[in-house]
Amino acid sequence: MFDMAEEKFTAIVVGAGPSGSTAAYLLAKEGHDVVLVERGTAPGSKNMYGGRMYSHALNRIMPEFWKEAPVERPVAQETITFLNGGQSVSISCSNMSWATGPYHSFTLLRADFDAWLAAKAEEAGAMLACGIRVDELLIDGGRVIGIRAGEEEMLADVVIAADGVNSLLAQKAGWAKMFAPSQVATGVKQIIELPAETISQRFQLEGNNGAARLFVGDCSNGMQGGGFLYTNKSSISLGLVINVGELQRCTVKLCDIMEDFKSNPHIAPLIEGGEVAEYSAHLVPEAGVAMMPQLYGDGMLVAGDAAGFVLNLGYTVRGMDFAIASGEAAARTVIEAKARNDFSRQGLSRYLDLLKQSFVLRDLEAYRKAPEFLENERMFKAYPKLVTGLAGKLFTVDGAPPVHLMKMVLGQIKQSGISLIQLARDSWKGARNL
Amino acid sequence: MLGVNKFVVDDEQAHIKVNKEICSACEPKPCTFACPASLFSIKDQELSFDYAGCLECGTCRVVCPHAGVAIEWRYPRGGFGVHYRYG
Repeated sequence: MFDMAEEKFTAIVVGAGPSGSTAAYLLAKEGHDVVLVERGTAPGSKNMYGGRMYSHALNRIMPEFWKEAPVERPVAQETITFLNGGQSVSISCSNMSWATGPYHSFTLLRADFDAWLAAKAEEAGAMLACGIRVDELLIDGGRVIGIRAGEEEMLADVVIAADGVNSLLAQKAGWAKMFAPSQVATGVKQIIELPAETISQRFQLEGNNGAARLFVGDCSNGMQGGGFLYTNKSSISLGLVINVGELQRCTVKLCDIMEDFKSNPHIAPLIEGGEVAEYSAHLVPEAGVAMMPQLYGDGMLVAGDAAGFVLNLGYTVRGMDFAIASGEAAARTVIEAKARNDFSRQGLSRYLDLLKQSFVLRDLEAYRKAPEFLENERMFKAYPKLVTGLAGKLFTVDGAPPVHLMKMVLGQIKQSGISLIQLARDSWKGARNL
Repeated sequence: MLGVNKFVVDDEQAHIKVNKEICSACEPKPCTFACPASLFSIKDQELSFDYAGCLECGTCRVVCPHAGVAIEWRYPRGGFGVHYRYG
């Protein structure tokens, strides 16, 4: 395919996702020899996520990237919906400023977007090598010196492992333990095609504005997890994310839970008439700093999903902005290390400082207790029931004797089986940790 | 549902291999429920697995009660496997 055994790169970046491509782009822009290795035949062809990227991280690196990047819709409307059988309660927030520059977030599809970002790296001078699965790290005296893919070996000053959540390279280096089932979630998604005008009308969106919806309650069969819906230009990304620890005890097929979700009376009308164009699945790192591998060492850095850089607070779910910013931090670290020609653990320790200075480790640290808080099963069973039950009562007029709000609320809490002490404790913890 | 996806199946190499002995003895077989593509099933009391429709998520590798022993898990060789057109 190509022979580069004799050549030594400054950096081998494994994985042409947002993290790897950002790192390769920044390194190449500074004139460094960098090869971006991707196992898919095209960048993005192995990648999937829920559906939305917060813009801030990429906008700092490529100002106004949306003018050329294949984005779908700027999100102008956020909704969280509690589901309980035939009942639902939604909290919705629209903000038109989110859909004007600098756009707050975009829905986008990874096959197009990741290919575009990798092409930017290529344009900047990185060598893009697709269709290559990296099999092993080359290690010499405890130091990573390159990679092996099939018969092919490549050498570099540093390897940037941006190889995704399964993080085989970090595990091979002994830097990451195999994660526990409760530390990751499985995301499944269907792309459902609908005409653009139908989507705009159905979700009451002006022009090309987009909507993001999260669902909690019986869509996950009471398991820790939830549903999501993002509007693309002419398709809807609809899916579920369910904790794998929960899946271990589940005796309903995940693909059937997904089909149930689609036929839920609150979801079905939103996708009515749509054609399924793709079904995808991916793991999501959920444990935050608790599952972080060793991030740097002799000759290697770990970035993006491979480092567990995802933050789910229940109302915002972030991964791509962390991936991009960690790719940026990795590139800056390598640039500084190259100037000193020191790629030892010590020489690459700057990576940690840069991650702490950026929002990546700052935010993950600030919300370090959020994953634990969201493991509380009341979030997925009792509270959706309580909220929908209460709202249902509030809006029902049926000739029954009047009940004042206080009594109604207390009655519903009693019915939900949550004690007032639990409620107070959960509210306190939620307010502090989220 | 998998019919809508684009796959390039590697006819020569299975990227995931299951250990029939361990898997037959496994009581809960969570892989048969958790695999998003539903590629694990029980046929004649044995675990049957078809790697061809794999979405390469890694759920089976994590959900397995005998993780690291019962399932030999790799990505498909370069150029093979699922090819997402949307993602």
